Amino acid sequence: MVGNSGIRVVHRGGSKINFREPVITNDSRFLLCSAGECVKVFSTSTEECIHDLQGHTHLVTGVAINPSNHLQVYSSSVDGTVRLWDFTDGILIKTFVIGYPIYSLHTSAKHGGILFVVVPMAKDKRSEVFQLVAVHLPRSGEQLVEAQELSAVISNVSPNPATISFGHEGEYIASAKSFQLEVFFLKKQKSYKFFLSANNKKGVQNTFTCVSCHPKEDCIATGHEDGKIRLWRNINQKKDYTYSTVHWHHTAVGSLCFTPEGTSLLSGGLESVLVQWRYGQDSQRDFLPRLGAAITHITVSPDGSLFCTSHADNKITIIQSCINISAVIQGLVKDGVRTDLMVDPRSKALVLNGKPGHLQFYSLQRDKQLYNLDIVQQEYIHEAGLEQFEVVKAAFNIDGSWLATVEERKQKDSELEFNLKLWAYVEKTQSFVLNTTVSAPHEARITAMCFSHTANSQTTMLVTASQDRHFKVWQLAEPAHTEDEGQSWSCDFVGAYHSLVPTCCCFSADGSLLAVSFNEVVTMWSPTSWELLTTLSQPPGAIRDLCFGRLSCSKYLMGTTDMNLLCCWNLLTCSLEWSTSMDVSLLLADPVSENMAAFCYQAGGTDLFVFKPSEPRPLFSHKAVCSGNVTRAVFSPREEMLDSCKDEEQWLNRSQLYFLTQHMDLMTFITKAEEDRLMASSKQLVVDESVAITPFNLLLGKHRQQQQEKQDTLSAERIQLPQGSVAIKELLHTPAHVLPSASFLCSMFVRSLLISTTDAKEASEPEEEEMDSDKEEEDSEVEMQTSTTRQERAASSQESAAQVLTKAQERELRMVKKLDRSWLSGLLDSLP
Amino acid sequence: MRGAAGRLRHLSNLSSGAPYQNQNQLLHTMAAFKPTKIQVYPKLGEKVTQDTLYWKNYKAPVQIKEFGSVTNIDFSPVAPHNYAVTAFTRVHIYGPFSQEPVKAFTRFKNSAYCGRFRSDGQLLVAGCEDSVVRLYDISGKVALRMFKGHTKAVHVTDFTSDRYHIMSGSDDITCRLWDVPNATELTSYKEHTDYIRCGATSKLNRDVFITGSYDHTLKMFDARTDKSVMTMDHGQPVESVLLYPSEGLLVSAGGRYVKVWDLLKGGQPLVSLRNHHKTVTCLCLSSNGQRLLSGSLDRHVKVYNTTNYKVVHNFDYAASILCLGLAPDDKSIVVGMTNGVLSVKHRKSGVTESNKKGAQGRQNRRPTYRFFVKGKNFVPKQDDYLVSKPVKQHLAKYDKELKRFNHSKALDTAMESWMRFKKPEVPVAVIKELDRRGTLKNAVAGRDEKKLSQLLHFLIGNLVDPRFAPVLVTLAEMIVDIYRSVVGQSSVVDRQLLQLQDLLEREIDYQKELLEVMGMLETLFTASLPKKEALYPGISRSNGLTQKAQLV
Repeated sequence: MVGNSGIRVVHRGGSKINFREPVITNDSRFLLCSAGECVKVFSTSTEECIHDLQGHTHLVTGVAINPSNHLQVYSSSVDGTVRLWDFTDGILIKTFVIGYPIYSLHTSAKHGGILFVVVPMAKDKRSEVFQLVAVHLPRSGEQLVEAQELSAVISNVSPNPATISFGHEGEYIASAKSFQLEVFFLKKQKSYKFFLSANNKKGVQNTFTCVSCHPKEDCIATGHEDGKIRLWRNINQKKDYTYSTVHWHHTAVGSLCFTPEGTSLLSGGLESVLVQWRYGQDSQRDFLPRLGAAITHITVSPDGSLFCTSHADNKITIIQSCINISAVIQGLVKDGVRTDLMVDPRSKALVLNGKPGHLQFYSLQRDKQLYNLDIVQQEYIHEAGLEQFEVVKAAFNIDGSWLATVEERKQKDSELEFNLKLWAYVEKTQSFVLNTTVSAPHEARITAMCFSHTANSQTTMLVTASQDRHFKVWQLAEPAHTEDEGQSWSCDFVGAYHSLVPTCCCFSADGSLLAVSFNEVVTMWSPTSWELLTTLSQPPGAIRDLCFGRLSCSKYLMGTTDMNLLCCWNLLTCSLEWSTSMDVSLLLADPVSENMAAFCYQAGGTDLFVFKPSEPRPLFSHKAVCSGNVTRAVFSPREEMLDSCKDEEQWLNRSQLYFLTQHMDLMTFITKAEEDRLMASSKQLVVDESVAITPFNLLLGKHRQQQQEKQDTLSAERIQLPQGSVAIKELLHTPAHVLPSASFLCSMFVRSLLISTTDAKEASEPEEEEMDSDKEEEDSEVEMQTSTTRQERAASSQESAAQVLTKAQERELRMVKKLDRSWLSGLLDSLP
Repeated sequence: MRGAAGRLRHLSNLSSGAPYQNQNQLLHTMAAFKPTKIQVYPKLGEKVTQDTLYWKNYKAPVQIKEFGSVTNIDFSPVAPHNYAVTAFTRVHIYGPFSQEPVKAFTRFKNSAYCGRFRSDGQLLVAGCEDSVVRLYDISGKVALRMFKGHTKAVHVTDFTSDRYHIMSGSDDITCRLWDVPNATELTSYKEHTDYIRCGATSKLNRDVFITGSYDHTLKMFDARTDKSVMTMDHGQPVESVLLYPSEGLLVSAGGRYVKVWDLLKGGQPLVSLRNHHKTVTCLCLSSNGQRLLSGSLDRHVKVYNTTNYKVVHNFDYAASILCLGLAPDDKSIVVGMTNGVLSVKHRKSGVTESNKKGAQGRQNRRPTYRFFVKGKNFVPKQDDYLVSKPVKQHLAKYDKELKRFNHSKALDTAMESWMRFKKPEVPVAVIKELDRRGTLKNAVAGRDEKKLSQLLHFLIGNLVDPRFAPVLVTLAEMIVDIYRSVVGQSSVVDRQLLQLQDLLEREIDYQKELLEVMGMLETLFTASLPKKEALYPGISRSNGLTQKAQLV
């Protein structure tokens, strides 16, 4: 086995930004949210990530602005620390060690120096009972401070931060858990508990889901499982409390939030509609529908101008004055991934399921979603338990000009509906446009789909294998009907083998062979004639994966079977070259090298082997890459090659391997050198100062500045122009009444232009110059003066041009000059 | 092996993939309601080509009853292109649009045959069962000349291209040339060995003519020699011959075959077409020579492309076809049948129709193109402040209801559009959408008699359509489930339910029959197909090398 010292497995992007409620800064310019083990600072206007506040060693569970300094932010984490950051510069100011894993963080404006955190009752992490604790932060100048002064406030709270809210002026804390609302008055140190009946008649579910306190009045709004919102009043009495109920949501209320002035209440839930209730007028509500996915958190900026909603699909929407969406911060959507991981050959973006019915294009370099491609093109109904169309398969052809997708919908008591769609890339709009829809391309579910590797779009083929015991070949064809326009895809060939179910299909690197596996048999077909060339079989076990070798190994076909075998066939001899016993869950070929990667599932963990089909020893192996099974991975070609020469790192030189773990974490392999380089570059890229400046802005701004400078210098030159030679001065200083008439001068001037030299070229040159100078001259002076200026300028420019002329030409030029001047000297002589 | 599943093409839908560069568009599309997609189903039946459009562009046929079976149709070469119809003992001349004959030649003792015009349209010649060839002036009534000499019925007569001679072919197995001014016989050829039933004269050479006979041969004669110059064997009794305008190619029809001969290569057979399943009786070229028409006793007229000799169109008629005529510029197709009916189809005149339409639609004409593009290409100046107005999304009525989650109303509006425009795709798409939303049952429930009967009416009309069946069967089941309790309360609904049941039973029987046929065909196919795998006994050709396959 080869050592794996230099290569590490790291998380790569795609952290959850909707895990906890985001925070908007006081000036509404930044949005802070927890993202995995760091806190991200986004600009609310450009959607750009400005800082990554890194330092926590575990999941960040809460972000809150420092109530006593609005340029600082607290963050809490499961690692048992609270950190204080300066978010404008991205600097860690202090670390407070609490000692317990923290599940949520709350602050109150009236309680400076005190943090409220939710920690487990017992110190071990598995404890299911939580309590709200006040932490008195010690005043100390040190970086690392132990905050040991804890005092329990409410015991038995929910770890969900939405269920705890501070009342107006920080007088009380409201906390809800299952059927109980507890209000704790901080001054009186007294708590009141209100219960709702737990009965479940007529589908009523009274469980509390979220709480929000009115900022000006003693009123608590609570959201419930059945979609009702209750407004509690008179809460400082045990008995005489009242509540009113409003109901719009049909499923659980996900989040509640009062605006800072308390004039309206915002609520959202699974319907993905932001509802704005007018406080005091329960019947009046405004809606902002179709926000894309279930609302998990709602936040309002301190000045009330911006709303921001977190959504279940890892998205934060920033809404201006409850009407228009001004920005969308979209992270990698990782729920319900059913397609394989793919890399778009054009944008080099990672492609996988995004929002329901969409494919997302995710830039791995920038850790940012580029765009969503709507595949299903149907209105998504936000309702739990509803079966909707989902994209289950997708494939790009080799140059990314075609995209094939399969969407399907399975209902309990009806047959499977599925469509095959083919999308053409349009250069003009830089996006994919639907070309062909084939409804029910097969009689049963499609098991595999692949494009041939030929770059020519005329001969590109798509193969789909289906459980209906056939595989079909689709090809671009001319329109069959006269009224159709353009080309579309149609079925070219239907193949079958002994009525077995095809499981995988794969084209060879040069596109001359198609391998289709039928249960235990691998069949080889010729795409030109659709003949069955040969069949390959191996020791028993159904084929799970098929893969052709690339480049120098293109004569090998790799396959994995159910019976824990990895086989390699030599296509020249049509025989089994070698096989080895391992439970390969995923076999993958690097598109730019001979390397192949095999993920093997073994005793709860997954190992990675990278090998060449021609060599018996693996190039690289990594034990226990992650726990659980890896079923999705992709090789992404690098933009710039690495030049590592270590044996075990060479396979990472030309491409990078990404994979999704069972817990939907996107991981990659990284070498030491690359890690160092990334660290260095990330420091360079930091954009300082204001939010509005993005790297793009910097580039453009520089260009602009340069342009402006250039213009300034130009205009400066221009001003200097009219000053000139002695002749002009003489003319200028001569009183107008002693000068001859303008007509006289004009005719003289014109005559001087009609140079009698034979060289037409010489004559034309000054003329051109004059035309130029005509344009440039802006000052309107006496004709006399301008004309002289022209003459002078013409002469001077000629001089400069003459530097490269031959001697003979120079002589001629001089003659011309003499002629030019003659009229002027004549004029001067004639003067009295 | 090659087959295509249901396939359709989309017009480019640009809103589908919002490009990254245009964030505003992204935001806009995110908030917009996605309308229900009305599926476009592939057209069933024959493909629509330019040819089908051309040949379908005829009006409903005018039927004219003749006294006996119509044996020949000939168009006058001069305007207004009257045509002579030979039927039983008469030759009738019809005007281009007349339904009554403008002229009739009735003085035949027995059946007349082959009434043909001279190239100036002034004279007409016709053979007769009584072996006499008669020549008529178009304006006269009595025959100008009678050419006597044949001993049996004369079935074919024609003028030569110099206009002064007449060729005739007879059942006495001779063909003769006659001089028109003198009414004398010039030559007689007795080379055929059976009845001569068809013939054609060259339009370019006054001496050349071709005859076809029941002895299976075609012979080309030259009046300057006393023998045939070319003989071609058709293989079947020849019923009709036709010369191409260039006269390089000759078409003959006999038996089920239409054959094309290359005269310039000494009568080599070029193509043999077998598209009819009964004897082909007549041939005709379309006016531009691009299409060949053949009529047959199997009641079909087929149109061939003369470049590749593929059938591009097909006409059906009520009875066996004996003769066929095409007016210059394909203005009308005239077909004579064995039951004595003359069918005349006139081409729809495209120009006059559009004129008419223009005159009618003037008052409620749509806004012009210029109206729509007005101001679209306006470029704002630098100092202008742009007030952007959100583009209002146009939604169909049912989509508006769907957007408001008014599912029952959405179904109603969709049904309305079906009643008005007869587009079953719309309600089917809405039903599909409701099914997807899981609210179809709610939308169907709670209907009164009128609305329910409307729904049932729709089901009866479209349930067995294979394109809609998967969706509508669920709907039908749901309706039966929901309204089971009210059966017997309304006679209208009951009748419709019975109708539906009847329809389903018939459909089941039909499917059974189809399956039986499929079973029979499958056995035939398996018997006829060679065992493909046996052809490659372990030999493979991968990477260009022939290797022995090792079946491990």
